[in-house]
Amino acid sequence: MKRIHSLNTRDLRQSAKTGGCGECQTSCQSACKTSCGVANQPCEKEAKRA
Amino acid sequence: MHAYQLHGYNVIVDEQSGSVHQVDDLAYFLINRYQNTSRPELLRAARFAFPNEALSEIEDCIDDIESLEKAGKLFSNDAYDIELARKISRKKPVVKALCLHVAHTCNLNCSYCFAAQGKYHGDRGLMKFEVAKRSIDFLIENSGSRRNLEVDFFGGEPLMNWQLVKDTVAYARSIEKAHNKNFRFTLTTNGIGINDEVIEFANREMHNVVLSLDGRACVHDNLRKDYSGRGSYDRIVPKFQELVRRRGGKNYYIRGTYTHFNVDFMNDIRHMLDLGFRELSLEPVVCDPSDPYALTEEDLPILFRQYEELAQCYLDYFDKGDPFSFYHYNLDLHCGPCIYKRIAGCGSGCEYFAVTPWGELYPCHQFVGEGVYSMGDIWSGVKNHAAQAEFQSCNVYSHEECADCWARLYCSGGCAANAYHASGKINGIYAYGCELFKKRMECALMIQVALEERRQQALEVAPTFALKVPATVCTGCDY
Repeated sequence: MKRIHSLNTRDLRQSAKTGGCGECQTSCQSACKTSCGVANQPCEKEAKRA
Repeated sequence: MHAYQLHGYNVIVDEQSGSVHQVDDLAYFLINRYQNTSRPELLRAARFAFPNEALSEIEDCIDDIESLEKAGKLFSNDAYDIELARKISRKKPVVKALCLHVAHTCNLNCSYCFAAQGKYHGDRGLMKFEVAKRSIDFLIENSGSRRNLEVDFFGGEPLMNWQLVKDTVAYARSIEKAHNKNFRFTLTTNGIGINDEVIEFANREMHNVVLSLDGRACVHDNLRKDYSGRGSYDRIVPKFQELVRRRGGKNYYIRGTYTHFNVDFMNDIRHMLDLGFRELSLEPVVCDPSDPYALTEEDLPILFRQYEELAQCYLDYFDKGDPFSFYHYNLDLHCGPCIYKRIAGCGSGCEYFAVTPWGELYPCHQFVGEGVYSMGDIWSGVKNHAAQAEFQSCNVYSHEECADCWARLYCSGGCAANAYHASGKINGIYAYGCELFKKRMECALMIQVALEERRQQALEVAPTFALKVPATVCTGCDY
């Protein structure tokens, strides 16, 4: 597309079918800990993701 | 759909699908009017606003918008949310992380400490090994088939109970293989107790190390003093530098708190960079609004500009080949969390618990001492089933105020503890924090757009070199 450049993002709708394995890191958004937030954590599912 | 302009970029976020688009001015104009305007009216308005654009160009752009809508990447609806939320709330909780409060005491007396100088408004105390050992067993017993287990050594100041930390790591390592588990440890420290031996052990065993530094010496020492009133900056910075130097690239964070006293926090970020640190986090203080260091409504526009400046600084450092990481700007758009995680949020009170020095369980470290949320203990497990059910049903769709927020699938409804302390209920919101979060997300997404633009430009002139540009498109995952 000439005027719209779409970044390659994970399709959240598709992830509803195959996600939810629960292996991802616990996220925490409290100010006193910097462990991991929901937005910035990687998916850790070992098998093919969608 | 959320549309915004920042640092010369027009960014469109389709929150339900997770799609992010960079668009030119004409497309930005059209997308912002597309849903409430007929095609003929849209054409007329665009021709008036963009007199130099050919009609065919405008029509082509509208066609592209329509095709994105049909592909579910723009104006996507919210059809799956309720069913997924129900599915998540019915799921049997599996514990995957513990925050071990190994020391309810501290060798600093920081003014803004949420934990009341490590005591959590209770007694001082150090965790004994039998409590830590039982905590590890509790975690394994309740973790089901989950392999990666996280343990955060927290306080107070965990280095005040250092031998216990080492003994706990040794115990967990001794049994993890037999149980097919992999422990990931994190140490959060104020740095006072760091020595060579701590550095060597932490860099070997800790998956992550969180080092508390607020920035400039005057800022840091203003609030992070010892009990004699002496600032701690001079004692900790050389130790942090040494620890990071010897860490060999493993995860760490220089983590600070900014307050009303340093709303010019970019000066503290630049100071951290000048000290040689490249993994940074700086968080807004959360406290009683009556505290002198509490952030105010008048501070918000200043803070927004600081975050924008930080985004530009991030790109400037990237462009000169000396990139740094800012915790809130780290996004993994392609290989990030699935929709289940984005709906469920942090998992406090279900997947994650804090353990006091006496073995009591709380939903997370922020709830320690809140009697109504005392969950049970590590020997008999969760007994407060009503509280656990409340946490289990707490997700992005249980916060009424989040219903119309474009950023909700990036924060999952936010921190339950902040919501509780601000609104009296875990399904409420901490509105001030929401404003800051949304600004940070706009900056973080803009950075992704800018990095992708750099990659595309590099691909055009030097395809081989372009491969070195960190991409929003992951080249190594198994999608």
